[in-house]
Amino acid sequence: MGKIFFFAALALVVVSGLIFAPAEAKLAIHPMDQFQVSALFGDHISWYTPTNVTLWMALAVAAVFALLVLGSSRRAIVPGRAQSVAELAYGFIYKMVEDVAGKDGVKFFPYIMTLFMFIVMANFLGLIPGSFTTTSHIAVTAVLAALVFVTVTVVGFVKNGVGFLGLFWVSSAPLALRPILAIIELISYFVRPVSHSIRLAGNVMAGHAVLKVFAGFAAALGMFSFLPIFAITAVYALEVLVAFIQAYVFTILTCVYLKDALHPSH
Amino acid sequence: MASNTQEAAHGGGSAMPQLDFSTFGNQIFWLVVALVVIYLILSRVALPRIAAVLAERQGTITNDLAAAEDLKAKAVEAENAYNKALADARAETQRIAAETRAEIQAGLDEAIAKADEQIAAKAAESEKAIAEIKAGALESVKAVATDTAEALVVALGGSADKDAIAKAVAERTKG
Amino acid sequence: MEGDIAQLGQFVGAGLAAIGSGAAAIGVGHVAGNFLAGALRNPSAAAGQTATLFIGIAFAEALGIFSFLVALLLMFAV
Repeated sequence: MGKIFFFAALALVVVSGLIFAPAEAKLAIHPMDQFQVSALFGDHISWYTPTNVTLWMALAVAAVFALLVLGSSRRAIVPGRAQSVAELAYGFIYKMVEDVAGKDGVKFFPYIMTLFMFIVMANFLGLIPGSFTTTSHIAVTAVLAALVFVTVTVVGFVKNGVGFLGLFWVSSAPLALRPILAIIELISYFVRPVSHSIRLAGNVMAGHAVLKVFAGFAAALGMFSFLPIFAITAVYALEVLVAFIQAYVFTILTCVYLKDALHPSH
Repeated sequence: MASNTQEAAHGGGSAMPQLDFSTFGNQIFWLVVALVVIYLILSRVALPRIAAVLAERQGTITNDLAAAEDLKAKAVEAENAYNKALADARAETQRIAAETRAEIQAGLDEAIAKADEQIAAKAAESEKAIAEIKAGALESVKAVATDTAEALVVALGGSADKDAIAKAVAERTKG
Repeated sequence: MEGDIAQLGQFVGAGLAAIGSGAAAIGVGHVAGNFLAGALRNPSAAAGQTATLFIGIAFAEALGIFSFLVALLLMFAV
């Protein structure tokens, strides 16, 4: 049955490609248009205007609520599907925090879970065709990374006092090398939020831009448009994977940084 | 100049919206709102609930395992009891069998003794009767011999002295 | 004319920056391949190191993403 639908859809695509082939095939690709922030009502955008950012973030919040609150509302001993996923996410992040950041990192678990659930939901919602991906914006990921950076730094100094600076003083290296290493460590410490934020935004943005570029090819190629459509399918599958992996990577790096703050000794 | 080349290259300004700083305030504001809402949802409702469910399940599993352990111990106990009962029953059976055998043996012995006794009594009686008969027969033989001897003596023409004849017969029949 | 040369420079630069994506691909492949080689030698230790694998991949990939970002900036923002 699925096969029949598949081939029917394929035939439809090819035929429509033949019929609706642009009279003059022109390559008009705007891969960045999908990231445009626009107000939902009116034109002007100020800091409180409801925009498509607001809409898709609200949907991400709703998705988190639906999965973790509504999904677990039955409190079943033998979980259903939604509850299983919720418990899986809980166990996944909890174990990650415990393994990477250590036992005393567990009190930051709700915070890390918040980051993970928001990023993963925003990434997945962004994969819906025609949607807006909030995590593709540097502004968003920079705030996320800055939150982690500030939290980690504050926690490091509160927990260890001046001892936190031992993170930069590699006591296992020869004494002559230590100042140089300290500078390198310091730079790498301050580059962390940059790479942390740009990794997420860059991955998501790159994937979506590639999809859009292939879509532009499909529009231009007429009856051969099925080729880029296959490519889009493959890239889309990769993007689903990337959407999860980037959320995972963001979270696990948060845990690693947290571990540095809690146990700064090398 | 840059925006001019942009428009020339792409026919309608499509610079990176990510670098449009005029929207940053908006995005950051709504991001913070979303994060705060998610944090409140998670820390107030979702995470404690899921943790409770997981703990409850862990407890249930532990209890079930303990119950299973109990039941297993009970099963082992029951099996031991069964085996013991079986062994007891077997011993009892053997005891009863031995008792019965002894009883039967005793009855048999008694019966045999009684029978022997009876047989002995009968035999004694018979012997006595035989002895009586034998005695009777000897007496008869004596009488017949005496009579015959008397008759013979008379027939031979002698006068029969009764006493002598009796003596002679007694003498002859002795040996 | 002047604008055309500037545009040419942008596009060439963007293309050159995109080489960095390939370099990042080599790096990621290196990380994953070495992980697999190690994991096949000692499969029992592999499960505990997947987090390290992903961290390594993330670091390798971040630099590729930087080059992608440079390409994007040259194309759209300069």
